[in-house]
Amino acid sequence: MSGYLKVLTAGPAMSLQDMGRSGYFAHGLTRGGAADTLALHEGAALLGQSADLAAIEMVGMGGTFEASADTVVALTGAVMTASIDGAPLVWNASYALPAGAKLTIGGAQSGACGYLHVAGGFDAPVNMGARGSHLKAGIGGLLKAGDDLPLGAAGNCRPGYRLPIADRLSGGTVRVVESAQTNEFSRDTIERFSNTEFRRDARGNRQGVRMDQDGEGFFANDGLSIVSEVIVTGDIQVTGDGAPYVLMCESQTTGGYPRIATVIPSDLPLVAQAPVGAPLRFEFVSHEEARALESRARAEIRTLPGQTEPLVRDPHDIADLLSYQLISGAVSALADPFNT
Amino acid sequence: MTDYPIIRTVGLSGLLVTFAGTMSEAANKASVAFRAAVDAEDWPEVSETAMSLVSVFVITDLVAHDADRMIKRLETLLASRDWLAAPLPEGRTLWHIPTVYGTDLAPQLEEAAAAAGVDPDEAIRQISSTRVRVLTIGFAPGQPYLGELAENWNIPRQKDLSLNVPAGALVVAIRQLVIFTNTTPTGWRHIGQTAFRTFDMSGTEPFALSPGDEIVFPAVPRAELEALRGKYPDGFGAAEREALA
Repeated sequence: MSGYLKVLTAGPAMSLQDMGRSGYFAHGLTRGGAADTLALHEGAALLGQSADLAAIEMVGMGGTFEASADTVVALTGAVMTASIDGAPLVWNASYALPAGAKLTIGGAQSGACGYLHVAGGFDAPVNMGARGSHLKAGIGGLLKAGDDLPLGAAGNCRPGYRLPIADRLSGGTVRVVESAQTNEFSRDTIERFSNTEFRRDARGNRQGVRMDQDGEGFFANDGLSIVSEVIVTGDIQVTGDGAPYVLMCESQTTGGYPRIATVIPSDLPLVAQAPVGAPLRFEFVSHEEARALESRARAEIRTLPGQTEPLVRDPHDIADLLSYQLISGAVSALADPFNT
Repeated sequence: MTDYPIIRTVGLSGLLVTFAGTMSEAANKASVAFRAAVDAEDWPEVSETAMSLVSVFVITDLVAHDADRMIKRLETLLASRDWLAAPLPEGRTLWHIPTVYGTDLAPQLEEAAAAAGVDPDEAIRQISSTRVRVLTIGFAPGQPYLGELAENWNIPRQKDLSLNVPAGALVVAIRQLVIFTNTTPTGWRHIGQTAFRTFDMSGTEPFALSPGDEIVFPAVPRAELEALRGKYPDGFGAAEREALA
């Protein structure tokens, strides 16, 4: 037992997440897990540990936390305001969190889902092979003030590292492949879908995210009589009102609404992180192109640990630097020089 | 016209083998049998299989594995026998799930009966005496789609959703019944209420039902259902089961 992280205050949509559960699709249970799995890999790279460990997913807003023992934390995903005992922190970096110090994470400045990782991960109970909460299925649940989250056995985790990452927090172009029902839509409808700039609607959660736009809806030729068929995460379902929904990590496993396309897995974080109103476009690529894009994305994930770099020139200074700020209350020297 | 069966990719997540364009008994049984056959092949590239009403989903990483190669294997397996004539597998279970029909527990019995062209008593008689089969599991954890009911139960879903139909609800539409896993809004009509839970995380086997299992829903008075709820606060014990030969 290496202590715990106490949740002092909790934002409205914080949950423990990991890579989710596989093996239960036939029973109606989708993978679940982190909405932005790339952020889990980034946190793992910063802490030099496995990406399978559980972290806290914070949608829109974080909370305040206090550790019962010295630990190291990393912050990834949506950029949120953050400080340790008042000293501001930059995102996509790892920090020492001394026992008793207060880690405060505020609202998202860009993106939607932020992640708080700890050295050793959170040693929450394993349910059906994973620690992540599947909110729709009633596995686990939202974190709340007063929760004590046990810390796993930490390896040799280093504070004071950052990870330069490409922006995926403000929408953009999302690559899609044809789904089993794409042919149920007319060529004109598909072309209009490809040429439309959507906005992320306020209606969205871990199950699905609605796409908003000003034109008419997107209707299948025979949309209401399609036999119920499998649904996978990333499918873009068009419901009765013609609005596309990108189905996310807690999607249903089957459904009777037609799917106009399927988002390739490595572009799903773009949808998960798009803030309300962010522009999103969908670009069809061939199966072979999708496969190449996905292979490249997987290769890039393997290079993440090698991309971490010291947050300051001399890592030995970091602990001192943090404590110096606590005394002085000065604006962080960490904040700007690396915020490219 | 499409010639079934057809094989299609599902994103980069796997391959879908579809036996028909609409629900049919033969295509559903073919899906049960073909899924079992794919499982028996034990291909290392296949991580999971699942079935929907008339299709089998073969989950395989199409980034790491070539889709065409997997499609050829599936075509060979498809050609090995007449799947539409396949019998149901052995080792299935018959469940008896006590049900309160109508009352304020299941307020849409009368409306559904009218849509099916019978009075409420006859509706209860028909539903409670029909042995239905689990056609597929999906949408929510362990949630079964059951059928097929007689043709008069080919009633459409409501256009407007009923909000918050509770877990354990028995609902009907399009010649099928569903037992809800969780409280959910739905266009299906709520005709019965059970104490059955399709999904119990605390058990060693968290899911009660498998495709091919059969269920009857005998009518019981409300007091009996309440007693069952008290006796089985968790889990799917509020039912009796027997092995099907």
